[in-house]
This record gives sequence, structure tokens and C-alpha cells, in this order.
Amino acid sequence: MTYVDGNAIAGLLREVFDEELTAAVSTCGTCGEVAVVAELRVYLRCPGAVVRCPRCGAVLVRIAEIRGLHVVDLGGLRDLARA
Amino acid sequence: MADVVDIVHETSRVRTILLDVPDWPGHHAGQHVDVRLTAEDGYQAQRSYSIASAPEDERVAITVEELADGEVSPYLVGELRVGDGLELRGPVGGWFVWDVSDGGPLLLVGGGSGVVPLRAMVRHRVAAASDVPVRLLVSSRTLDDAIYRAELDGLAARGDGLEVVHTLSREQPAGWTGRTGRIDRELLAEVAWPGTENPLAFVCGPTGLVEAVASGLVDLGYGAGRVKTERFGPTG
Repeated sequence: MTYVDGNAIAGLLREVFDEELTAAVSTCGTCGEVAVVAELRVYLRCPGAVVRCPRCGAVLVRIAEIRGLHVVDLGGLRDLARA
Repeated sequence: MADVVDIVHETSRVRTILLDVPDWPGHHAGQHVDVRLTAEDGYQAQRSYSIASAPEDERVAITVEELADGEVSPYLVGELRVGDGLELRGPVGGWFVWDVSDGGPLLLVGGGSGVVPLRAMVRHRVAAASDVPVRLLVSSRTLDDAIYRAELDGLAARGDGLEVVHTLSREQPAGWTGRTGRIDRELLAEVAWPGTENPLAFVCGPTGLVEAVASGLVDLGYGAGRVKTERFGPTG
């Protein structure tokens, strides 16, 4: 399945976190890869958005809208730091 | 709610939509807006579109390519009319952005409608009277698919430090003397600034093109942090 990147969810992240996060720096909880959010792999053709590590492919973030609520799982991240 | 004030026919499948947006906070070249359509039954679909206008332009513009199976782009290209309203949010995005103060030399590489945010950067450079050297490499399937070609070639003809190179990947008109084929390492090595000049690169297009160009640039000595990428997929 084809992926895009974190730029594609700039608006969604703004909606959920109320701030600009594409330039924030993430650390993968599985392999330790450090990457800006804009460079993460994003899969949109699923229920919600799935964000994966560009190095090891681990799921970092999942965001789905369920009955008007955003359900957010950040469990794959070790760290997320503002730019 | 934005008001549609003009629609420009760019190619058979591409329109630029000029908008009057109340309380627009200003933007940086490279940012996007999210456009949301709501059907009569309440069903909503949302897509992200790069802003095509420079921060200095009077109107905010987006350029939309119609994708055959899309939910949003067929409406924006085929149905939307001047005077209609459009629900949009933004600007959003803070990574894939360029201000003249970021300097260069600047390499811009776009595939298909990936040229849209790069056009905003080029217009920003002109409006700000910047002399940052810019090379813009655009890959289009055919000459008729080359979005903004007249505008970009016209700006390049001013000879003030903007160079524009087109490559046609699928079909070339008779007498075409420009580049042909996809952007490969050979073409990149020929067109891109040498890595020793510490260039800044922005690459936008379909995922496959972006991956190939980004790795090609790193091989040419570009610093990984100096190559900014934006990938788009088949969802329209």
C-alpha cells in the first residue's frame, strides 16, 4: 500500500494538538530513529491515519475519528519534541 | 468560509482556484490548506492542497488536479464556480516551507502537481525581489500536462537567477528539444547544484519520484537535513 508523509496530516495534527507539529522531532520507540514528523510514513487509506517509522516500519501514531471524537494512540513513540 | 473569486484553467485536468479568505493570517510558501466538502446528507470529505500563491499575492490560491476516482478533486475541478463558498482551514505545515531569508542556492524538484508549492516559492522569490539562485526541475507526462509552464518559463526568461528545466516523461511534441524521461540520477547530476555549494532542496511529487530524487541528492552530497520532501498519493 502506498504511503505519503507527515506533511499530509499537518491539518489533522493541528486539529488534535492545537499546534503545528510537522517540524517536531519524533523518536521511534522500536528502533530509536529520530526524524521530523514531516518525514514519517503516513498511510491514509485505512480507518483514520497510521504513522510509521521510515526506518523500521513500526507503528508510531494512530489517529481515528470515531463518532466525532479523535482517538489518538501515540504508543509507538519514545519521544516527540517541539521544533 | 472562503469565496471563490476566479478559476484559472491550467490544463485539461487542473484548475487554479483563487480565493478571498476573510481573516487570512498570512502564510509561508510551501504550506497547505485543508479543504472540506460536506454533502447534503452530512457526509464529509477532506483533502489537503498546497497553496499555489506567494505570501505577497493578493489572493490565496490552490491548484487542484482532478483524479479519476477522487471524492473531492472532481468537484473542485468540474463543479465549483466563481461565487461559490469553500470551507477551508489553514494555513498548515511548518517543515516544507521556504522564506527568502532561508537563502540557497535553491533546488526545487516537482513531479506533476508537485510543482504547486514550488511555484509559491518561486513567486515569493520574485515578490520579495530576492536574488537567491534557483533551479527548478519539473517532470510532467506531456507538455500539455506541465502546470504553470508559461508563467515559469516567462520568469526564467528574465535572466535574474531562476532557471527552469522541464522533462517530459511520457510523450514529447514534435521538435521538442528539452529533456525526456523520468528524473534519474544522470539528469539530477546535470541540473542540481553541486553538493559542495551547500544547496537547499525541496522535492514534491508522487512518493516514488520523491524517494528516488531524495536519495539521488544525498548521493550528490546534499546534507540530509537540507533536502525537504513532500509526498502525495492517489487520494483525490
